[in-house]
Amino acid sequence: MALGPHAAFIVAAYAMSAAVVAALVVWVVVDHRAQMRTLADLEASGVRRRSDASRQAAQ
Amino acid sequence: MGLIDLANPSRFLAFSHRLLQALVPVTAALFAVGLYLAFFVAPDDYQQGATVRIMFIHVPAAWLGMMCWTVMSIAALGTLVWRHPLADVALKAATPIGAAFTFICLFAGSMWGRPMWGTYWVWDARLTSVLIMFLMYLGLIALWRAVDDPSRAGRAAAILTLVGAVNLPIIKFSVDWWNTLHQPASVIRLGGPTIHPTILLPLLVMVLAFTLLFVTLHVSAMRNEILRRRVRTLRLMQAEAA
Repeated sequence: MALGPHAAFIVAAYAMSAAVVAALVVWVVVDHRAQMRTLADLEASGVRRRSDASRQAAQ
Repeated sequence: MGLIDLANPSRFLAFSHRLLQALVPVTAALFAVGLYLAFFVAPDDYQQGATVRIMFIHVPAAWLGMMCWTVMSIAALGTLVWRHPLADVALKAATPIGAAFTFICLFAGSMWGRPMWGTYWVWDARLTSVLIMFLMYLGLIALWRAVDDPSRAGRAAAILTLVGAVNLPIIKFSVDWWNTLHQPASVIRLGGPTIHPTILLPLLVMVLAFTLLFVTLHVSAMRNEILRRRVRTLRLMQAEAA
């Protein structure tokens, strides 16, 4: 697989795309963990919604 | 389970959890196949050489940038007309993802343009209308952050999204309506694709992979937004009890 004289442009395009997609994946994973942790902390402090079943479904 | 059932956030969380378990491996496998085809099977273009491989990310990203706004427009109708409980959740969750794919489209396009056109950027109708879409994505993100109440922010974002939808046909037909440096449509056009099957097949696989990636990210972001609103509700309950 030779990328020819414009290899730098091809590599830059793929590298930036990979970085952006990786950032999106990290964002959803970290955000999910943060929201779950905050929900758990709030419920541990005695604040509860009507149903805890929904939280279990989200895990 | 119908769409009405999914209007219940708890049911959506349970359903989406199972959906993601299937989507993640299928998306990863499609990317593996698509990248293999793109780098080891597709030949160099007779004019553009190996730079044609940039198309395998540029075109799917462009497609997703526009598809995401279309999804957001449907969600905006869901907010304003049908008042679906998950509509503004879907709209908010899609916005940063659409912005990211539009950025990939613009960046990959400029990396393709420099060796082929001799310039990273030109203010032609296609490039400018896509840049406007990217700026509107950023505007929507700013709007969501500027308003605390999710339902108020949702209505304002829905109106802005529907106004921005006017840009979609302008992007699509800009290469037909104006004289542009950007090439005309070569995949979705009357008369069929003009791309050779050895290059078209990897492109279609990558389009499918990117589309499933969008669905995976969107569903995940919607789940996070539902949880964020639950946190907000609990904090309000905590504040009222204090």
